[in-house]
Amino acid sequence: MRHVFSVRIGPASFRVGSDWRAPVDQLRALYAGYPAPEGGIADYTVRLSATRPWRRFVRPSVAIAGDYMLPDAAPLPLAHGLLAAEMAMNLQLALGERRFLLLHAATVERDGRAIVLTGESGAGKSTLAALLSARGWRLMGDEFALLDPETGLLHAFPRLVSLKNAAIDVVRAALPDARFGPLMAGTPKGDIRHLVPGEAALAAMDQLARPVRLVFPRYGFTPDARPVGAGEAFVRLTQASTNYVALGEQGFDALTRFVRAVPAIAIDYPDAASAIAAIEAEA
Amino acid sequence: MSDAAHLLCRLLAVPETALTLDTGRWGEVITVARAELLIGSLAYRLRGLPLPARVEAILAAAVRSAEEGRRQALWEAEMARRALAPLGCPVILLKGTAFVAAGLDAGQGRHIGDLDILVPRVALDAAETALLAAGWEWVKPDPYDDSYYRRWMHELPPLIHRERDRMIDVHHTILPPTARLTPDTAQLFAAAAPLGNGLSILSPEDMVIHAAIHLFADGDLSGGLRNLWDIDRLVREFTGLDADFLARLAARADLHQAAQVVSRALRAAHLLFDTPVEEGRAERLFDTAARRRLLARDGWGRGTRPATRFAFYVRSHWLRMPPAMLARHLWIKARSRGRRESA
Amino acid sequence: MAATRYRAPAQGGLRIAALDDLVAIYHRASGITHLAVAPVPELMEAMAGEWRTLDALADAFGLAADERGALIERLEELVATGLVEAA
Repeated sequence: MRHVFSVRIGPASFRVGSDWRAPVDQLRALYAGYPAPEGGIADYTVRLSATRPWRRFVRPSVAIAGDYMLPDAAPLPLAHGLLAAEMAMNLQLALGERRFLLLHAATVERDGRAIVLTGESGAGKSTLAALLSARGWRLMGDEFALLDPETGLLHAFPRLVSLKNAAIDVVRAALPDARFGPLMAGTPKGDIRHLVPGEAALAAMDQLARPVRLVFPRYGFTPDARPVGAGEAFVRLTQASTNYVALGEQGFDALTRFVRAVPAIAIDYPDAASAIAAIEAEA
Repeated sequence: MSDAAHLLCRLLAVPETALTLDTGRWGEVITVARAELLIGSLAYRLRGLPLPARVEAILAAAVRSAEEGRRQALWEAEMARRALAPLGCPVILLKGTAFVAAGLDAGQGRHIGDLDILVPRVALDAAETALLAAGWEWVKPDPYDDSYYRRWMHELPPLIHRERDRMIDVHHTILPPTARLTPDTAQLFAAAAPLGNGLSILSPEDMVIHAAIHLFADGDLSGGLRNLWDIDRLVREFTGLDADFLARLAARADLHQAAQVVSRALRAAHLLFDTPVEEGRAERLFDTAARRRLLARDGWGRGTRPATRFAFYVRSHWLRMPPAMLARHLWIKARSRGRRESA
Repeated sequence: MAATRYRAPAQGGLRIAALDDLVAIYHRASGITHLAVAPVPELMEAMAGEWRTLDALADAFGLAADERGALIERLEELVATGLVEAA
């Protein structure tokens, strides 16, 4: 592979090989300041390759591949190469990670205590986490919460925060000094721009946190908050975890302990301000 | 680019190679191992050796995965046993599941995909009925592929369990009836070894013969390195238990008309993994092509040498059906693939 | 052919965690996590490691004749998931 980029994000490191220079240049610029893989050995390998040799140049099309792959994954145009790289890295972690139970969630931390925001795509996890980071919360991650089965603590995985459509401008307004990646318009999920986690997130990347609240946000409803029982939380989190089954009994222990120890609440909200207020009231 | 693949073979055959390995090479070795589904096997081979911290962490994760894989494979075997027990027919576990069920070296760290079982041909319909009643369903095949399977192949079309999402392949012989080799299926059942729970495994000789047939005569050699490693592990363990094993293996291979296939497999294993085998006549061209095909994986995990790979794909189908049928089959496959790609 | 007796995994074959209204059951042999409500955990315990006939189970739970149908349904569901063996 002609162009290579390697990076460590929290406890997971990646090497990305690419047939084109552009995605690698973009990754290098956005992840500037992040450390290199420990000992020069990456946990996961990603390949961004041309679907056919001539597709490197003609209507260039990026096929995502790596240690772990999904069959029939649709290639992306080169203009969205950065998105392809991020998706590929997420996929490696999602399918390959065995040290931590992965929850599909955003996590923010203050004073060593973490709030975990979980829900389907569109619930607003990434946006809320970004907005909370403008209010003194440390951003631990917007896609995966990494739960350590031994300790019950969370590890940070502060990759580039993926913002979509209207959320892009909302977050830019709240974080005027933050760095953003290029605008990728017309992706299958609409317009996407990545937010680079700030100095605080990067500096504290290896600091663990104790989860104290589990929040199920739901965007586009009149404000409401209700407690969620351990049983319901357990079911929803198994559905939101990519590696619960792979972790076997350890996953069962980690998750049952988590839902018994961490109070859960479902918050419906019509706009970001009301969500932020409700979440901070939980802290 | 066979460097990384060859290095993987060295590490598997001689684990101490890891002690003097240049740090810069671990990345590609791990990538090739993962691509060849050998990372679990590698992790078991290197257990106890001092390794760079990240490598140890990666291999520890691979061991965990292999353990869970083993549990799931044995559970699939158990659920198949429960479904088929009322039939009263012999059920022989094949390949990876057999290795772990019998606690063989070949099962250590092995990646296991589908459950493969062998039942008598007369029991095939009843087995199909029982499995469908117990929650398995057809993986929807192409209508042409379905009739091809039933008439010519050595197995039922694949079934998948609707709740557990795991596949089962039910074989009635170990090579299709149209193939140029015809193993003696009755002998396979006669020599099978019971596990004590109603399931059986093949005899040691038949197990190696099946692996060799599967490696060279059944598939197109993709995934071949893993199958070849199976053969190395099996041969070493069985010769360790019985000094005459190789002689008995040769005699048994003759019985199954598989002498050439078995010799080729043993030579390849010796070439790549130093497997102790008997001296015999080499086939320069074949052995070289096979080695190239088995090592066609680069340090980024990509399959290399497309020409060699295609040659083995065509060749493997040639072994499974007569040339006229082959032409028709490949043409229909190419047409449907073309249709799908342009859609 | 209808089953006449049933058996659940013995002590140590299951991990059980009560989560307010649900019980999460991890089945060690299969690696599958099941979610259950009463009377499943009690039913499993009545068959833990021992073959029990339908009659014995119905008696153990003091079921009337017209409630046996429901018991059979629950047992068949458990057999389908692999948690319970039938013979």
